[in-house]
Amino acid sequence: MSTSAIELDVDAPERRLHWALVDGWTVARRTLTHLVRQPTNIAWQLGFPIVSVLLFGYVFGSAMSVPGGGDYREYLMPGMFGMTMAMGFMNTAYAVVIDSTKGLTDRFRSMPMAPSAPVTGRGLADIVSATLDLVVLALTALVVGWRSDGGVLATLAAFGLLLLLRFALIWIGILLGLMAPNEEAAGGLFAVAFPFAMISSVFVAPSQMPDWLGAIAAWNPVSSTVTAARELFGNPVATSDTWIEQNAMLMAVVWPLVITAVFVPLAVRRFQRLSR
Amino acid sequence: MPTSTHAIRAEGLLKRYGDKTALDGFDLAVPQGMVYGLLGPNGAGKTTAVRIMATLLRLDGGRAEVAGHDVATEPRKVRRRIGFTGQAPAVDEILTGRQNLRMFGRLFHLSQALAYSRADELLRQFDLTDAADKGVKEYSGGMRRRLDLAASMILAPKVLFLDEPTTGLDPRGRNEVWSAVRSLVAGGTTVLLTTQYLDEADQLAERVAVIDHGKVIADDSPVALKQRIGGDQIEVVLQESVDLPVALPVVAKVAAAAPEVDDENRRITAPVEHRVAALTEVARTLQDEGIGVEDIGLRRPTLDEVFLRLTGHRTGEEVSA
Repeated sequence: MSTSAIELDVDAPERRLHWALVDGWTVARRTLTHLVRQPTNIAWQLGFPIVSVLLFGYVFGSAMSVPGGGDYREYLMPGMFGMTMAMGFMNTAYAVVIDSTKGLTDRFRSMPMAPSAPVTGRGLADIVSATLDLVVLALTALVVGWRSDGGVLATLAAFGLLLLLRFALIWIGILLGLMAPNEEAAGGLFAVAFPFAMISSVFVAPSQMPDWLGAIAAWNPVSSTVTAARELFGNPVATSDTWIEQNAMLMAVVWPLVITAVFVPLAVRRFQRLSR
Repeated sequence: MPTSTHAIRAEGLLKRYGDKTALDGFDLAVPQGMVYGLLGPNGAGKTTAVRIMATLLRLDGGRAEVAGHDVATEPRKVRRRIGFTGQAPAVDEILTGRQNLRMFGRLFHLSQALAYSRADELLRQFDLTDAADKGVKEYSGGMRRRLDLAASMILAPKVLFLDEPTTGLDPRGRNEVWSAVRSLVAGGTTVLLTTQYLDEADQLAERVAVIDHGKVIADDSPVALKQRIGGDQIEVVLQESVDLPVALPVVAKVAAAAPEVDDENRRITAPVEHRVAALTEVARTLQDEGIGVEDIGLRRPTLDEVFLRLTGHRTGEEVSA
């Protein structure tokens, strides 16, 4: 076969970036093909927030009040968006564990492809599927009566901030996925992900919680993103006058950048440790 | 710098994990175009050696050259010339066989047209055309392994590393994989194969290196390795164990060394030089003496016995470091 045609200038430094992008896209397309081949997976993945919308919106919703007034379901929807983004790192971790236990990570590492591609491809695919998640959730929200009064730009900015949080958490997901010894361990991450998403302003305003818990919830990066999204959507925000809650918009940008800055090097180092 | 005609050359490889030494001066020279077996018990260092040569692990000392390039300083060049198949079939379970091969083809930087046609070619070569558009989840163990091999062969590499390729397969799957490997070698690929199955090394490998405690302790053809512990053996199984003392001198008369007696199985074994003459003589004498013989025959020693002789322990035993 025409192997000689394959001896391209792959190693030329000016082609590195080209191949990093092309290979990243090839890896991302693999995950997106999974979505097409297993549509039931999306259904499962979205089932949880949709069920939560119905449970909290209707079962508890009538007993819940939003401090400062406002409709609880209007308050809840940005929280559901934020929760889905926050718990998304489990999907990342899970996919990374499966690739390493099945040996795919080793196969990629033994190939002459761009070494960054498994990571960038994973990130790209996760952002695309998170966008799909948001579309489905937003449609569900519209059905139960949620509306954005913020205008097109503010609405898009709110979804942008939600995706920024998801992007930052990809790196935590990759790190945890590389640390987990097997799929079961990765499944156990739910025990971390659930409180991480719940102890926030997702369901209840931190000011309604006991002081110590409320402080933790207010400083949870998920809260900043959710509060910022509420402000941009023009939904009830129910914030107290603490600094952290008053600066949600700023922190919705700062938190993800800090998380990315901390966890990218950690994830990269863990990835390199595979060759030790 | 690449001067050797060897496909793989490793000199004094060292690899430590903490205070545990995985490779301790590992040497290997694999000529082009053959299947070379790396045989050893669990924990002997086979996988570590293969992973170093496939650029997956850094080495702590020594040097290794694969397909003419140094694994430490030119890993990208090595990667373009090797195929690697690890212990688990490294293919995407959700994609189809065809989608897998197309994806890997693209990642080997083939053009889309070339990746597609190469995928079809490999599906045919590994007899997977019928299952090409099924999800890999539905594949049998042997089919997965063949797809895995196909993915390693996309660039028709000069050197293929197979780390325990048939572990966990049923006999049918093993045969499928063996015949796939044989056809690759017929096409000129050099294969380095690790295994703990002696019959696998026997079936596939032209040469075998026996590895124990991170070092190659013997390196020869399977036939020569077996000859090291004596040539052919005569084996006599009696019907009654009371006849053992009578039969023993009969066997000893033709034997090249003292016979071994296995009371429990009523068996006498001894190395012999003139195999057919010895067999005829023993069979006739025992018949004349009226001793009931359940079985009598000649056999070559198994690699298992070779291994026991070389290392002092059997292949199935774990090595404590």
